[in-house]
Amino acid sequence: MKIVITAQGQDVSSPLDPRFGRAKWLVAVDTETGGFEVHDNTVNLNASSGAGIQTAQNVARLGAQAVITGNIGPNAVKTLDAANVAVFLSKASTVQEAVDAFKAGELSETRQANVEGHWV
Amino acid sequence: MKIAIASGKGGTGKTTIATNLAFVIAERGEPVQYLDCDVEEPNGHIFLRPDIRLTEPATVAVPEVDLSRCSDCGKCGRICQYSAIVPLNGKVLTFEQLCHSCGGCVLVCPQKAIREKRKTIGYVDEGVSGGVMFVQGRLEIGDVRTPALIRQVKRKIDSQAVAIMDAPPGTTCPVIEAVRDEDFVLLVTEPTPFGLHDLKLAVEMVKKLKRAFAAVINRSNIGDDRVHRYCREEGIDIVMELPDDRKIAEAYSSGRMIAEAVPDYKHCFEQLAHALEVRK
Repeated sequence: MKIVITAQGQDVSSPLDPRFGRAKWLVAVDTETGGFEVHDNTVNLNASSGAGIQTAQNVARLGAQAVITGNIGPNAVKTLDAANVAVFLSKASTVQEAVDAFKAGELSETRQANVEGHWV
Repeated sequence: MKIAIASGKGGTGKTTIATNLAFVIAERGEPVQYLDCDVEEPNGHIFLRPDIRLTEPATVAVPEVDLSRCSDCGKCGRICQYSAIVPLNGKVLTFEQLCHSCGGCVLVCPQKAIREKRKTIGYVDEGVSGGVMFVQGRLEIGDVRTPALIRQVKRKIDSQAVAIMDAPPGTTCPVIEAVRDEDFVLLVTEPTPFGLHDLKLAVEMVKKLKRAFAAVINRSNIGDDRVHRYCREEGIDIVMELPDDRKIAEAYSSGRMIAEAVPDYKHCFEQLAHALEVRK
């Protein structure tokens, strides 16, 4: 299964980026093999708006079935829902920790934003 | 003549200047219009107490998708720079708050599956206050399409009258919309460090927009002389100064017009009206 984790760096030892839309990197991990690929999401860092939607589209394009992040807003949730990507929230300090928690079944799926949109 | 009353800093007295200027011009029997373009929090009505006679909804176009015609080509999503329309998995998501109403998605859709529907973003009120024709925009709570509403307020400009636009504070898009095509811009400031800092930004803005402008210094007897010095060095005319006077503050706080409640200062606004008239 392919899962994407929002990250502040380019490998699994990087800190998890708690921001979804404006996460710098998306690390896609194959939970069976442990292999991973990295996607540069910096273009959304400076987006004036719609960062969550675009990052959600990027996650969907990577073919992920699930995403792990710290905080997520309503537009991103709506987009991920349409793309059939499950959302898991985690306070893990690194990408690897988040993956381990996910594999151990310690994370529960959310279908709702845990932070408000910036245009409420 | 179209005059915008703007400022960098908020709370410098734009509305005080704009409403009282309209009031004294009306007293001279000339046609005058006050348009509150500070649509996120219009407050000119508190002082002018207009009799509102007409209220119209202000709307913008947002996309509506007929999924049965959609071929999932993705062109609408690629042209939209704001992610307001997102084709995904045979569905098309729309985010109305992000839409800038450019109509691009409607144009590029080869299936004609997208049409524009109207979304209400606020209201435009029209009325009268004595001899002043009154217009104001009111943005819906939670909406962010401020410039679009300001444009609709400005459609009410009467070319036969002196039109006074009360602009929002700052130097962002809504302010640009309020001042971009006016004949003259009055920049209201105060002699404080913040007043000076934001006046400089506002001056930069009006210069870029190539507008004729002058400064009004409110609470002119507080702070220091740096605003005066800056205006002198930059060759900016100071067309009015209003001192910091408790009587003005008291009238303001009870929603009264300065020119009416504190007659000592009425001539300041009359002189301002005259100064603007000679610049026509």
